[in-house]
Amino acid sequence: MASDDIYILGIYMTKFGKYPDKDTVDLAAEAVMAALADGGVTMKDMGILAAGCLMGQGGIGQQIQKQVGQTGIPVYNVSNACATGATALRTAIMAIKAGECDMGLAVGVEKLAGVGLLGASSAPKGSGKEWKASGRYGSVANTDGLIGTANMPGTFAQVGMEYGHKYGGATFELFAKISEKNHAHSTLNPLAAYNKRMTLDEIMNDIMIAYPNTRPMCSANCDGAAAAVVVSGKKLKTLSLEQQRRAIKVSASVLTSDPYQEACQVLPDVNTLTRIAAKQAYEQAGVSPSDLNLVELHDCFATAELVHYDNLMLCEEGGAVDFFNSGATWRDGKTPVNVSGGLESKGHPIAATGIANIWEVCHHLRGEAGPRQIEGAKVGLAHVIGLGSACGVHILEKSAL
Amino acid sequence: MTTTQVPLVDYLALGDKPHLVANECTSCGARFFDRRNACASCFATDFKKVDIATEGEVRSFTIVTFAAPGVPVPFVAAIVDCGGTSVRANVINCDPTPEKVTLGMKVRLATYSLGNDDNGAEAIGFGFEPIA
Repeated sequence: MASDDIYILGIYMTKFGKYPDKDTVDLAAEAVMAALADGGVTMKDMGILAAGCLMGQGGIGQQIQKQVGQTGIPVYNVSNACATGATALRTAIMAIKAGECDMGLAVGVEKLAGVGLLGASSAPKGSGKEWKASGRYGSVANTDGLIGTANMPGTFAQVGMEYGHKYGGATFELFAKISEKNHAHSTLNPLAAYNKRMTLDEIMNDIMIAYPNTRPMCSANCDGAAAAVVVSGKKLKTLSLEQQRRAIKVSASVLTSDPYQEACQVLPDVNTLTRIAAKQAYEQAGVSPSDLNLVELHDCFATAELVHYDNLMLCEEGGAVDFFNSGATWRDGKTPVNVSGGLESKGHPIAATGIANIWEVCHHLRGEAGPRQIEGAKVGLAHVIGLGSACGVHILEKSAL
Repeated sequence: MTTTQVPLVDYLALGDKPHLVANECTSCGARFFDRRNACASCFATDFKKVDIATEGEVRSFTIVTFAAPGVPVPFVAAIVDCGGTSVRANVINCDPTPEKVTLGMKVRLATYSLGNDDNGAEAIGFGFEPIA
């Protein structure tokens, strides 16, 4: 192992679901302490803490420290929409790469059970007393519902439909089949918020949220946390053989934002920044999409999963529909995607997601995934999108030991 | 009594031929509908007003059936390609069903009343309707 490589030493995700009796600090503390134990280290070894809780109040990192260990290390409280967890991880990695410390901790936590529709704003209050222009568009009323939609299911529905307009074949049934796959995968994941297999009929006939996304085709709001301990290659060499054997190499860690494109301020462009992040990640890691044994990508909606097959270059440009129909992304396919069940069934506690997907990949690379193990997995990719937009891509590799 | 009309947004120009107006970067041609500090594409700071074509085609859409409290559903949210400029709008005067709304359908700008305020001013909204 090269001294300047970065490794995941310990990692953990809580079961995703409903925790009425636990707050965000409880969940984050569970994840942090378990990730440290998994890596065989303590808070004393950490040189940096990066923490995120998107919907919470500020200072989550320090609140966690006050429960698990206040050592005076720098804390970075990060916020980057649904890419918050990946941003926390990347922050810890950058600190190590910069030589400021040799071990760091990243944690993401969210309580979202029962929160409902994200990105939606309420209607104007009754009949306006006065039509008065405000904001950057000089609008006299809340425009959500009058000028398209800013809610998440509707936004990502349009992302998928746009792909269909460009390349064809993206029918309601196709999107529902993607969801069918992820719900089927979730039955093997005891940490998923929902483990129920759903038939195509059940998915298509469930409550329509924003055509073509029915309820089971949307990410599941739930509570959860995930944490990771990262270490430099140099430091890892001084640790035990067992720690070295279980350590997972971070072959690429990339974060991008959306570069200007025509229409990107009209409908968020989640494609260009993902494509750029993927390209950079493959170059950094020296691997190609065909080398990947599994992929956890940001299926916040079934319509999003389709476009990311293409954006992550798992298929030919424009070929995502055929790629899915070939069965490639089922767990027994060529490139298994979201064997955890994905955000649609595993759940999407926002700031935890960008570390939980890394956990899933690490679990397989370590050969510890039990009944859902992808046999012989050596290389995996984890992807998140935060609308607005931010994209995190990490490529992970099994230890050579 | 003449009613004062106010547009739902600054970029909707009312009058005999209602249309949308964009801020176009004089340096690179990028178009924006909001108040600008600078160009997101080339960072220049000079803009001119340009009229947007009132006809276009639906490049993407969704039928929203579940929204925030008080937002009437269902409605069709769409991205309309108006001669190369993308516009966010609802598709109106059309059944909100996947049978009636289709990708690539031709549409044109239409306006409608959002009601009067206490001063008697009438707000005017816009959408795109199918070209029969």
